[in-house]
Amino acid sequence: MAVIDQSKIRNFCIIAHIDHGKSTLADRIIEMTGLLTSREMQAQVLDNMDLERERGITIKAQAVRTIYKADDGEEYMFNLIDTPGHVDFNYEVSRSLAACDGAILVVDAAQGVEAQTLANVYLALDHDLDVMPVINKIDLPSADPERVKEEIEDVIGIDAEDAPLISAKTGQNVHEVLEQIVKKIPAPAGDPKAPLKALIFDSKYDPYKGVIVFCRIKEGTVKKGTPMLMMATGAKAEVVEVGTFGAGQFIPCDELSAGMVGYITASLKNVKDTHVGDTITNAENPCAEPLPGYKKVNPMVYCGLYPADGAKYPDLRDALEKLQLNDAALQFEPETSVALGFGFRCGFLGLLHLEIIQERLEREYNLDLVTTAPSVIYKVHKTSGEVIDLTNPTNMPDPSEIDYMEEPMVKAEIMVTSEYIGAIMDLCQERRGIYQSMEYIEEKRAVLHYHLPLNEIIYDFFDALKSRSRGYASFDYEMMGYQRSELVKLDILINKEEVDALSFIVFAGSAYDRGRRMCEKLKQEIPRQLFEIPIQAAIGSKIIARETVKAMRKDVLAKCYGGDISRKKKLLEKQKEGKKRMRQVGNVEIPQKAFMSVLKLDDD
Amino acid sequence: MMIKKELELYVHIPFCVRKCAYCDFLSAPADMQERTLYADALTKEIRAEKEEYRNYKVSTIFLGGGTPSVLDEGEITEIFGALYDSFDISGSAEITMEVNPGTVTEGKAAVWKKCGVNRLSIGLQSVNDDELRMLGRIHTYREFLNTWEIVRRAGFRNVNIDLISAIPGQTLESWCRTLRTAAELEPEHISAYSLIIEEGTPFYERYAEEAGCNFETENDKAREADGGQTVLPPLPDEDTEREIYKATEEILDGYGYHRYEISNYAKDGYECRHNLGYWERKEYLGLGLGASSLINECRFRNTADIKKYLDFFGKSILDTADSSEQLCGAGCRMDIREEVESLSCEDRMEEFMFLGLRKTEGISMKEFCEAFDRDIFEVYGPQIRKMEEQGLLIVQDGRISLTERGTDVSNYVFSEFIL
Repeated sequence: MAVIDQSKIRNFCIIAHIDHGKSTLADRIIEMTGLLTSREMQAQVLDNMDLERERGITIKAQAVRTIYKADDGEEYMFNLIDTPGHVDFNYEVSRSLAACDGAILVVDAAQGVEAQTLANVYLALDHDLDVMPVINKIDLPSADPERVKEEIEDVIGIDAEDAPLISAKTGQNVHEVLEQIVKKIPAPAGDPKAPLKALIFDSKYDPYKGVIVFCRIKEGTVKKGTPMLMMATGAKAEVVEVGTFGAGQFIPCDELSAGMVGYITASLKNVKDTHVGDTITNAENPCAEPLPGYKKVNPMVYCGLYPADGAKYPDLRDALEKLQLNDAALQFEPETSVALGFGFRCGFLGLLHLEIIQERLEREYNLDLVTTAPSVIYKVHKTSGEVIDLTNPTNMPDPSEIDYMEEPMVKAEIMVTSEYIGAIMDLCQERRGIYQSMEYIEEKRAVLHYHLPLNEIIYDFFDALKSRSRGYASFDYEMMGYQRSELVKLDILINKEEVDALSFIVFAGSAYDRGRRMCEKLKQEIPRQLFEIPIQAAIGSKIIARETVKAMRKDVLAKCYGGDISRKKKLLEKQKEGKKRMRQVGNVEIPQKAFMSVLKLDDD
Repeated sequence: MMIKKELELYVHIPFCVRKCAYCDFLSAPADMQERTLYADALTKEIRAEKEEYRNYKVSTIFLGGGTPSVLDEGEITEIFGALYDSFDISGSAEITMEVNPGTVTEGKAAVWKKCGVNRLSIGLQSVNDDELRMLGRIHTYREFLNTWEIVRRAGFRNVNIDLISAIPGQTLESWCRTLRTAAELEPEHISAYSLIIEEGTPFYERYAEEAGCNFETENDKAREADGGQTVLPPLPDEDTEREIYKATEEILDGYGYHRYEISNYAKDGYECRHNLGYWERKEYLGLGLGASSLINECRFRNTADIKKYLDFFGKSILDTADSSEQLCGAGCRMDIREEVESLSCEDRMEEFMFLGLRKTEGISMKEFCEAFDRDIFEVYGPQIRKMEEQGLLIVQDGRISLTERGTDVSNYVFSEFIL
């Protein structure tokens, strides 16, 4: 394709609350711009990880370039950058947005504006993007596009008068969206002759090409042979190839110039050299200043990951290393547990990130994992004046050495219909939330503002929120620093032995209740053994709860009739299989799922 | 002269008068017509094996069920006729038949005797009529006594009485009474099984949860299953169960019965040879619906689908029954054989352990070595030591056997030996 005129380029993203149809609209746009025929379309082209498609979420930023022949007869190059929608990936979202010049805001015609919609719009406005609203799902019987238009204008404060009313599912009015992209989203600016300045919004590791950097060229031009420099990490490499994004493939081209979105490969072997948000420049002719807004992302949530089969430890390490190639936010370091053996303490952006990594390890790398309870980073102020970041409860210093502790807090924004306000306020109360304010955004819907400790929301807050509001509440949060708190380490003793993998840090006021429920849960999970097993919860040397697993009762084979040995053997094999899934702690065998079941204490 | 190999025969009769609430064996009530068809098909199956096993000498025969005693005189005679025609049966063979109270007459007993049956196994289960009702048995204790007298009068001098402990609502006292009452009749053999709640039985619906089967139960279903007539009491609690266990061996020992297998007790010389054969991995051929076999280190099982079984022997064999050269051996019988499993060396070692350990005398380390050409500790060293440390196994005088506690949790021990 001939080099395209900057004024014919449109770089945009689609932002939406989860399930409002972002990916479906993206599919439709790709389909209708003729890059793919309907037959080649697999639903949701952009979400190309199995996991993404299954969960209907976008984990990694993706980009695709299509050519649109507009009604004015001109051909436009569309660069659609799909962004992760979840709060865990807020920073990635913000970098993806920085690569765009405009954003399409998709709002569900039935559900209207949700908490995440707001958060994403504000993020887009922060990046000076032109936000173009689209009302989706008008084919739903409950669709009320006029109300939603008003809501967009009232709540968000952007003009929604001529927002296209579409159904991404059926393709109805999507053409109008394409036309508005041409008209409403500004063409990129930037001087192709200036020193190179490109923003990295994602990177990917490919076993053949090495690291592939996804970038938006803000100034200058990059081509094969350009000596490039990553301004934050200082990594240097020579460009091997540049190109643009087809659907699920890379299309090499001669050069990328200001305003374009594309990829660069260089002989870099580690994505750690290419942090999202970093600025690429020409090492021989560098730009004066990097692009603003770069920050190093730090994990918020930690947990231990152990291979269920101890012999798989090297496999787990390899798998984590491979995942890290594509996910610079994932951190891990080896740790050992008396109960679980060799494993890794891993850091994640949030609970969703944790779950995703865990699932990918299990599915893509076929690993059976044991996960310990997630923990946030506590700040321990020791009497010596030293401050430590505590990510693993096992490392908690002796209480006598602790002056005080702090825990991370979040600013939460919960949008809920009026009938569930009471229930949600109760929930926040239980989770030590501090009420800030509430405002009605329309007659029947309100936004609640709370300050909540992060450790109260990393387990199952989202599930509880959904179940107490029958799915009507939506939730978003941002970090707001640390706050002093009364925290204790709760230990679990099984058969009088402390099981390190089950220790966790908890608010002192919740410790008794938590300890009791842990013991009850473990009692259900640990099968009877040859002897009676006490399960105790303790703070320091003080036992605060106890349960007992009784000794095994009769376990004999029934009458072995007519020599049906095969059937009996199957029973024994099943029993043997069960034993394999046990962890030996002292002389007690603990099923692996017991370690994880404690994460779900609030089921009942 | 060629020495014939030893073979045991198991013959399955899948009929009973009424299905018991705890029973998960392949058995169901049947009308006369179906029984006749079955006896016919079974006879044909037996005859079809004539050539295949001519190098074997049969040392034991066991007619099990179901309730083989529901068969009438003619059917029994026909089946035994086929057995004697088709197999070389040792003159000293142990020939057992299972019978249930309420299905035994003097006429039948005389025919069994004539057929060479020399051992009977009577399902008494309990001497307490309430408990019998609970189990869904069709007889009372008095009816059992009637049967007992018939078989003794008919001259059966080797008789087993089957008992079940841990019945819903059972107390230690009632179990001891059952044991003593049975022992005072002086049968030669007593089997004392502990009730196991098996999937697919009415008891399962009611007791799975109590018995710790880890399955959701629907109590409504259970009530439906027993017709809503009886409210079933709970299973004996763990302490009672343990006491029942202890009491069994003590009481029977007092009456001169020694335990030779997890649940089996006999007076000296009256151990059931057929069952011991299973634990010692002797070759056996199963005949009839769903019957299992171990031949040439290969385990297989006949179909459990009665229609398929009747069709197969009713048609294919029937048509060719008279021309012996067309009688198919193992080849075409594969059609009704399911779950054919050729045993690997590992399989055989596993079986050697978990079957052999059922016997009170346990297994011989020398025999293991002879059978597999490997030292037992080379294969199972860590397992044996672990079980020994936990007080579940005892290694002594070249043998390994279960301790008393090991017997209680024998599945737990056996599963260690699965490789």
